[in-house]
Amino acid sequence: MRDMRSSNAYRDKARIALNKPPAIGDDIDIDAYASSDEAVAYRDDPTELPTDIKEQMLDAGVVVDDLSHRSGTFIQMDNAPVHSSTSQEGIEVMALNQALDKYDWMSDYWWRVVSVDTDKYTANVELNQNSGYFIRALPGCKSIYPVQACLYLDKSRLAQNAHNVVIAEEGSELHIINGCVSGSGEEPGLHLGVSEIYIKRGAKVTFTMIHNWNSEVEVRPRTAVIVEEDGLFLSNYVLMKPVHSLQMYPSARCVGENATVRFNSVIVATPGSSLDVGSRVILDGKGDRAEIISRAISTGGSVITRGYIEGNAPEVKGHMECLGLILKGEGAIHAIPELKGTLSGIDLSHEAAVGKIKEEEVEYLMSRGLTRSEATATIVRGFLNVDIEGLPPMLSAEVSRAVESSGEDFM
Amino acid sequence: MLIPTPSVGIWVSVTNFGGYMDMLEIKGLSVAVEGKEILKDVSLHIADGETHALFGPNGSGKTTLLMAIMGFPKYKVTRGKIVFGGRDITRASLDERARLGIGMSFQRPPVVRGVKTRDMVSAAMGNIAGSVTIDELAEKADMTEFLDREINYGFSGGEIKRSELMQLLAQKPELTLLDEPESGVDLVNIALIGRLINELLEKDYPMRGRRCMGLVITHTGHILNYINASTGYVMLDGEVSCKGDPHEILASIRKNGYAQCVTCLTENK
Repeated sequence: MRDMRSSNAYRDKARIALNKPPAIGDDIDIDAYASSDEAVAYRDDPTELPTDIKEQMLDAGVVVDDLSHRSGTFIQMDNAPVHSSTSQEGIEVMALNQALDKYDWMSDYWWRVVSVDTDKYTANVELNQNSGYFIRALPGCKSIYPVQACLYLDKSRLAQNAHNVVIAEEGSELHIINGCVSGSGEEPGLHLGVSEIYIKRGAKVTFTMIHNWNSEVEVRPRTAVIVEEDGLFLSNYVLMKPVHSLQMYPSARCVGENATVRFNSVIVATPGSSLDVGSRVILDGKGDRAEIISRAISTGGSVITRGYIEGNAPEVKGHMECLGLILKGEGAIHAIPELKGTLSGIDLSHEAAVGKIKEEEVEYLMSRGLTRSEATATIVRGFLNVDIEGLPPMLSAEVSRAVESSGEDFM
Repeated sequence: MLIPTPSVGIWVSVTNFGGYMDMLEIKGLSVAVEGKEILKDVSLHIADGETHALFGPNGSGKTTLLMAIMGFPKYKVTRGKIVFGGRDITRASLDERARLGIGMSFQRPPVVRGVKTRDMVSAAMGNIAGSVTIDELAEKADMTEFLDREINYGFSGGEIKRSELMQLLAQKPELTLLDEPESGVDLVNIALIGRLINELLEKDYPMRGRRCMGLVITHTGHILNYINASTGYVMLDGEVSCKGDPHEILASIRKNGYAQCVTCLTENK
């Protein structure tokens, strides 16, 4: 069996890229963070986890106390897997290391959609390869409940290096809640997460990522997705809590015909937070569809929202909507929507707006009897409650809950 | 009803004999928008259960009057006062007036992204435990398919009017201000609009039992075929120039345009 953990080719590439600055975003000094390999006790029963940790997880959509409405669960603390389980036949959830031991075909899904030498962060994940999850739906299998994965950053000044692989085999359906959480204290930390998502013919994946960090944490996810014929990838990203800096630009490529990709992001930049969040879709198959919806609010932090749709095949269609609201303080929002078409007969469009809440809208609601603050809260709530087409009601409720519970803080 | 009497500071019961008490009274009202005086010394009163119509050319100040009664902050009262149900509301805020029982149907309400039509109806209902549900109201206004759409986003003229009236039916105001409810509405829809307004103004009730009042701006007068307005006014250059039977006023405007009104106004001075 060929084990990627000892593959020199990737290691060599990573070593060369170890100092390669990222294409965008601050260049973080990774050496300032420890890359601990310390084991954390594995728990068959995750309800034994301390209450404060469970509460933090719950704010990121990860339910630990009652697993009856989850098809599978994976929990990682710092760099150690502490729990993995499944409750549905045909759904596999395990630590990445287990998958590498179990399947000799893992090389087909290893650094295939994300390049190991993308930047210093991906290189670091390869060289300190010690954690992450593997989630797979067997052909035709549909997850009844969401599969949840939690990456919990506990120790101060630690670099969390996760490499995740998600595979939806032909005709399968996977609904994943990925909650990323740090401890309740304001401790510095670094989260590096590589996620490679493979969606086979006719398969559907909804990937809902909720972040719940603190104001000292630096976050650099590196995510890429490949979608085959008739496949669907639906990504929802929710960030309502402070973070020191976050930069990510997940990319989905449709390689087959009639594939669909939707990215929805709902982000709030609190004072001191610096966010750079994008979504990229490449449409290479005839009749592929893409939609990017981004709603950003600044209550004092800075946000860059990027969007990129590229159409390279006949009859592809893409639309992007980047809306930003600056609610107060010295906030800044920079929307950068980009479209690229490389042949005739494609249909790509975008809509972008950055501003404050319009007085006319507040007064309209007030004329129905709402007070000024009720009217403002209703508008903000509406702005953040992106309707997510195709999202199972349970996930939709989870997203709304994350938005509503945190939204109260700044409304 | 109960109204406060400021002089003695106690509540007294006022019996509404035959429904002719002045429920809305506007006295010598002047209104400025962004420092420019638009309305000059406007007076009118509407009794319980009555609906009045407001005519006048574009830019004469009709919408300004409605916006000032509703209490939009941009419309500053420089002189005069507005009394509603015996209470001076000249300084009351917009939302306070809405909660006191004044509601307005806007001609061009704003799109509010992310806020659903359902949210607006629910906001308008407030805390009143109504006997009617949002879905029932929507069905009545033929707006069911719009409830989960963003308010006014991509709505046609007729859809906007129906949405506005649906929200007002939820709000149940005692005084309804209607800004050109028939504009942009096709012939099929106008009957529905008329029915909704009639319900809003309790036109099916006998006059004695009717409390709801209306003040409606109309350009074409079409809506007068559906609602029973008792008094009409012509507004010219920020002043009420003429008061009378709305159908006679409309006939005169149709025949002579507003020129006749100008003459009339000059003669009155």
